[in-house]
Amino acid sequence: MQIYLPIAEIPVNVFLVLFMGIAVGFISGMFGIGGGFLMTPLLIFIGISPAVAVASVASHIAASSFSGALAYWRRRALDLALALMLLAGGIVGTLAGVWLFSLLRALGQLDLMIGLSYVLLLGAVGTMMIVESTRAILRARKGRPVEIRRPGSHTWIHGLPFKLRFKTSRIYVSVIPVWAIGFAIGFIGAIMGIGGGFLLVPALIYLMRVPTGVVVGTSMVLTLVTMASATVMHAVSNHLVDAVLALILMVGGVIGAQFGARAGQRIRGERLRLLLGLLVLAVGLRFAYDLVIQPTDIYTVRIIEKQE
Amino acid sequence: MSRRPALAALLAVALLAAAGARAGAESLVTSLSTHYVRITANFTGADLVLFGAIERDARTVARRGGYDVVVTVMGPRQTFVTRRKERVFGIWMNVESRTFIDAPSYLAVLANRELTDIASIATLRRLQSGLDQILLPQVIAGDIGDVALDDPLRSAYLRIKRDQGLYREAPNAVTFLTPTLFRSAIPLPDNVPTGVYEVDVKLFADGALLARQTSALEVVKSGFEQFVFTAAHDYGLLYGLATAMMALLTGWLASIVFRKD
Repeated sequence: MQIYLPIAEIPVNVFLVLFMGIAVGFISGMFGIGGGFLMTPLLIFIGISPAVAVASVASHIAASSFSGALAYWRRRALDLALALMLLAGGIVGTLAGVWLFSLLRALGQLDLMIGLSYVLLLGAVGTMMIVESTRAILRARKGRPVEIRRPGSHTWIHGLPFKLRFKTSRIYVSVIPVWAIGFAIGFIGAIMGIGGGFLLVPALIYLMRVPTGVVVGTSMVLTLVTMASATVMHAVSNHLVDAVLALILMVGGVIGAQFGARAGQRIRGERLRLLLGLLVLAVGLRFAYDLVIQPTDIYTVRIIEKQE
Repeated sequence: MSRRPALAALLAVALLAAAGARAGAESLVTSLSTHYVRITANFTGADLVLFGAIERDARTVARRGGYDVVVTVMGPRQTFVTRRKERVFGIWMNVESRTFIDAPSYLAVLANRELTDIASIATLRRLQSGLDQILLPQVIAGDIGDVALDDPLRSAYLRIKRDQGLYREAPNAVTFLTPTLFRSAIPLPDNVPTGVYEVDVKLFADGALLARQTSALEVVKSGFEQFVFTAAHDYGLLYGLATAMMALLTGWLASIVFRKD
């Protein structure tokens, strides 16, 4: 069934878009990531202009992360205090990122910069997660109990001042690294046009040593707030949010996210991290492939958006 | 496209042709099946029909070679940038770009036979008839001008627009029903931009332009599509807030529906 999208200005198959929403929603519910780094390329692939795709995906991510966050909230697997502290850094980071984004666009080669940063970031984060989680799985297999958190595993991060106790996460850390992580996520997210969940999840696990179960719900709260405000910002600044497209994606996304959240709770922490690591690495390799392999058409034609 | 508007167009042409015009030279009377293409939720493209009649009177000279018709449909102007990638240090990156200023977003050149058989290249260029003859102003080293036909960026631009179905040149798209009555189908693909389109009909005989007639058609969004588009453009903040609320509502509803406890 074809439906014409009023802002994207092309007809799309409703069921195809719905299915894409469900699939990405499942993944986002399972890992606590927004899924923007999966959905945006998919939409561009079916012919929607990159600007409309980025703007509309934001509201889809807001919907699926809200339904996911509610599911985790009921299980008390969510640290609201930690989320608020991250958000404080995140807002400043987003502003700085938006500023650098316009600067890079003025210099040209923005596509290449985005492609390269996807490859480097996704490749590094994915590899790191795979190595760590494989080690954890092997340790468990050898019969040794899965290492929870050794008291001696404190790093220099834990020596910083302004310590706060986050009860749900069972950590006692300085707010400085929390703000720094929030800032970095907001900054990178604004430049690369992604929610940054796939960066936040490993950062909280490995740097802050927050339990995997709590990380996912907390990450969703952060994603929800940033993506809901991104929707409004995109709608105000460039009028490129396609509400019809967003609604179809949302309906699919929230359904997928519900099942994903349940599947995520059933899988052991280190396995979940291995799966996410593989996914992140796969997307990173896909971007690397695009950069290295000769494109089918070395020419491209783009409409220059009218400046309003 | 239903048959009724096409029939109405044919009737209109016949009536107008009967009304007569200035003596001696040929004149053109044309009619479109519709001047108003509405884009609704189930829009998947449209086919318009153009009817035309060539008027002659007793003093009009006989044209042994017969008549030729070239129909040019031009969509609203947009600015495009064409880029070329090249491998630099193993990575494919854009190395060259060219801006095409105010190029037609849609361009269909429809004729009854090959354009080069209808008139000389010089005439076609002067009238800007045909994809190879149309003037495409480009930004070149700070100046604005067109380049040679075999310029790689220019031909890549035309090829990509043709692949998208937005540019076409069809030497068999105009059919003569009688020696002085013709029809042509104008295909609008599903990705047509909205706006005012110019329909330019030219009549040739023996390689010379005899008459020319222009009309317009408009492609507009209608109903719900129009409502969403206007809301997004004129009330950006409200629209954004409404979309964000819609997202929260959808998320909340899902968590209620799928609640297990």
